[in-house]
Order: sequence, then structure tokens, then C-alpha cells
Amino acid sequence: MRVWRLPADVDTDQLAPGHAMKYGIDVIARHCLEAVQPAFAREVQRGDVIVAGANFGIGSSREQAASVLVHLGVAAVIAPSHSGLYFRNAFNVGLLLLSCAKARCIGDGEALSFDARGGQITRADGSVLTTEPIPGFLLDMVDAGGLLPQLKKRLESR
Amino acid sequence: MTPSTLAQKLVARAAGRAQVTPGEIVNCRIDLAMFHDSSGPRRLQPMLAELGARIWDKRKVVLVIDHYVPEADDEARRIVRIARDWAAEQALPYVYDSLGICHVVVPQHGHLKPGMFVVGGDSHSPTGGAFGAYMFGIGATEMLGAVVSGEIWLKVPQTIFMRWTGRLADGVSAKDMMLAMLGRFGMNGGQYQAVEYCGEAVAALSMAERMTLANMSAELGAQVGLIAPDQTTRHWLEHIGVDVEELGLVRWHSDEGAPGMRHVFDASSLAPQVALPHSPAHVRPVDGIDPTPIDVAYIGACTGAKLDDLRAAARVLAGYHIAPGVQLLVAPASVRDREMAANEGILRLLLDAGATLLPSACGACAGYGSAIPERSTVISSTARNFRGRMGSDTAQVYLGSPYTVAASALRGRISDAREILA
Repeated sequence: MRVWRLPADVDTDQLAPGHAMKYGIDVIARHCLEAVQPAFAREVQRGDVIVAGANFGIGSSREQAASVLVHLGVAAVIAPSHSGLYFRNAFNVGLLLLSCAKARCIGDGEALSFDARGGQITRADGSVLTTEPIPGFLLDMVDAGGLLPQLKKRLESR
Repeated sequence: MTPSTLAQKLVARAAGRAQVTPGEIVNCRIDLAMFHDSSGPRRLQPMLAELGARIWDKRKVVLVIDHYVPEADDEARRIVRIARDWAAEQALPYVYDSLGICHVVVPQHGHLKPGMFVVGGDSHSPTGGAFGAYMFGIGATEMLGAVVSGEIWLKVPQTIFMRWTGRLADGVSAKDMMLAMLGRFGMNGGQYQAVEYCGEAVAALSMAERMTLANMSAELGAQVGLIAPDQTTRHWLEHIGVDVEELGLVRWHSDEGAPGMRHVFDASSLAPQVALPHSPAHVRPVDGIDPTPIDVAYIGACTGAKLDDLRAAARVLAGYHIAPGVQLLVAPASVRDREMAANEGILRLLLDAGATLLPSACGACAGYGSAIPERSTVISSTARNFRGRMGSDTAQVYLGSPYTVAASALRGRISDAREILA
């Protein structure tokens, strides 16, 4: 895995450009972040992590802006803060967001590991950053792959 | 009981609790769920089918077809057909097809009322806060959960009070108030909390102007943007046939001493504000920006093309003609707004001034219909000027009030409407 560094204020229209919104997630994925980091959609690998500046995901309610990252295999987005609406959408589609005040110190291309329930990010040099606690029911939702698979399981077990 | 904010009271009612505390997570019952052709049927239908689940209460669901109409291409036709077919198959009682933008159409048809708890499948859903309803935007998957269960979880928000004292000058509007707040607090300044707009300048605003404020709470990053209902709210609702009990009005306000952060602004000293490319928070007073020639002036969207917005533009343009080489595009927020503008003679004034009338739909605000040419400079009464948002990556989009957009169309460069109105 590697870290993709992105600036602050990455908006939903950069993640899921309006011109691609009428198509399916596979087409949107080809255009994901094209205006910010053109290599991203082409080169991102399953398990990679995005580390962004503050206010990640501001803008529209389009949840494709979150599901496109799930589609591309992104394991988590770490940022000092996220848009509240994006935060809800992300967990609903199975994308883990971690809020970390010190995300800024993580570099592009770095390797790291994280423990969402433990609230910790471990960097390559062994140093540890703490993340803000996330309610357990949201982490369960991400583990289930999002709200849809979770609801499905719940309805089947009735 | 300890003093509560309006947001706390609205959430407590929906959660079936006497009182709630900021920070706690509660489950709320939904009074109304609104979605449109982009976020709604095309996403909900397959997921509902996969679950084998049904809508919990169709009388509490409103579908507005506003994003991909009029259909520009085959993909748009496909999306709109899915919405229409699904609405017919489900026999949805409330469907508004090609009648205008959801945030304006839904209250105009009497679906919103003080005290309600409402979810919308669109980020500008906080517009409903203008009516004293707790209304916020959610994505399609969360909407699925909402329409299957009729419930949604919520972290009870803190409240940020934005108190505006004094009176706005002529040619200065709610849009300028909002841009000033965005310039000061940034696009996530609302921290997904509740913002409540109050003070004499807010009380003096018409419902349409209050809707503009509440609408752009989305840009502030708030979950909701509330205005306590008053006689203005009541008159507006009664005019469209919605009964509002006096008791309801008295109930839905923040108590004296309710907890929250408080900011105070002076409306009387506020100049028209303009957001520079490419962020709604990149704000300067109109007299503080470099001379900026424009190619397109756009009056559109739920934010900036309601009747009051069209009236503002017409006041600036009446008896004049726009500058040569400038395109003035006007897309009234709803068919009803367009008709009222026609009845008042405002539409005629705008057309005589050289405006081109576009359909009442989301249109260029969301990048549909290729109205915005490449490499053009645009001033727009919409809410968002992210790069590429209006359909062209190379366009430079500025945001302003309808007054400012009209004045800029008239002079061919970004201009202060106060000079024309004086």
C-alpha cells in the first residue's frame, strides 16, 4: 500500500465530476480526481490510503464521491476533518474515514497501517498517531461493506 | 427543563424525547423524505429490489424530477425514464415532473411546515430550515435506509447562532449575508452543526430570501440552517393553503440562554459580496475586486432564481439593455416563480433587457445542458463555483447576488448594483 497525499478542500465534484455523473461508477472512477491528481485513477492500488488536508469531501450529497473510492480499492481516507455529509455517505457505502489532527505530517508515498477501532495510525518509522473515536455502529457498517449489505443481512435473518 | 435551542427541540420531537443533549446519538422518525431524478429512483430502485423491501409510507415521500430535464441526451433520457416509470409503478402520490427545482417546488406545494423533520436526497436540503423544519441532505444509500425504515440516526448538533443586527441597504441581499459568512468561516465552518440565523435583519427578510440563507448552509458545512418561524412564515404558508397554528409558531424557537456559539454581524454596513473562482468561501466585497469583464451572467438555481431574485434582477435592468457581447441567462427556480414573474411583468423587463430564458431546472448550476462556454468568465447567482461545476473546467465562475449578476450583465464587468439603483 501507499499513501496518496491530497490538498485541503477536496470537493465532491473533484471526486465524482459532474460530467461523468450520468454514467455508472466504473466511468466515474476513470475521472476521479482528474483535476487534482491525474495519475490517481490510473495508478491507485487496492489497499492504498488517501491522506488529505482539512474539509475532505465538501460539496454535493452525491455518494458516488465516496463509492468511487471504494470501487478503486482505497482502504481509508485520513484527514484533519471531513465534510459531515460526506462522512455519513462514506460509512453508508463502506468507506472508512479517519479524522486525525496530525494527518499533515504523513508524506506522499509513505507506507502505514491503521487500527480503526483502536484509533491508531502506525507510520513506517514506528511512530503512532491517534484518530478521533468513531461510533461502533458505523465501524460495523464499514465492516459489513456498507448499509446495503448490512440491511440485506438483517432482513434475511428475520 | 434546561433551555434548548430550536435544533434541539426539533430533534427531540422527532426522537420522541422530552429533551436531547448536543453530542448524543438519537434515532429520529422522518416526517418527509424528498429525492430527485439523480439521487432517487435510479439509485433506490435497484437497491430496493435487491433487498426485496418497500417504501415505509408513500404519503411521506416526494419525488421531484429537476436534474436531467429537459433531457439533453440518451443518458439523461434513460435516467428520467427510470424516474417516471418507477413513480408510476410505485403509484407515488407526490411527483413534480419538470416543474422546477426540488428545494423550491417542495415548499411551494405545501409539503413543509414548522416543526417537521425532513431528509432530502440533495446537499441543498437545508433550504427547508427557512420554514423552521429540521431538513438536511443525505446520499442515496442513506435514503434507502430512510425510506425502508422511516427513521434515521442523528448526532444532536451544537448550535451556531448568526445574529444579524440592523437593516440591509438597498441592493444588498441574503446572498451577500451568506457570502460574507462564508468568507469569514470557510466551507466547513459550520462543522456539521446546526446554524440558526436570527436578529432583526433576518426577521426582515422575505421567505424567498430566508430560503437563500438556509440553502447555502450547505456551503457553510452545517447540517441544517434554521430560522425560527414567525408571522412572515405563517403568512407565506397560509397564502399557499398550509394552516399554521399559533401554538406551533410559539413553540419552535430557541429558549433564552440556550447553549451555542454566538456571532454578531451588522447588516447595515454590509456591501455586496462576490465569491472568486473556485470557491464560495473565496469572498471579497464587490468594490474590492479588480475590474473583471464577463461573458456570461447566470441567474438560476434554487439559490438564486426565485421570484424575489428575479424581481431584484429586474429592478436593476428595467429600461436598460445588457452590454454587447454578454449573455444573460435566466432559469427561474420553478414554473410557479416563472409564472408569477410573468404576471408581474418582470419577465418582460428581463427579456427586453436582452435575457435568454432557460427551463426551470437545475441546468447549468450542476453542469447540465452545456450553457457555459469553455474559457468564459461567468458571474452567477448560484451556490457553488467549484472548478468544472457548471460544466466547463476552463470557465472562471464568480458568485454574487441577483442584483450583482444583473448589474454585471448591464455593464459587461462585475459591478455594484447600488450604483445603478441609486
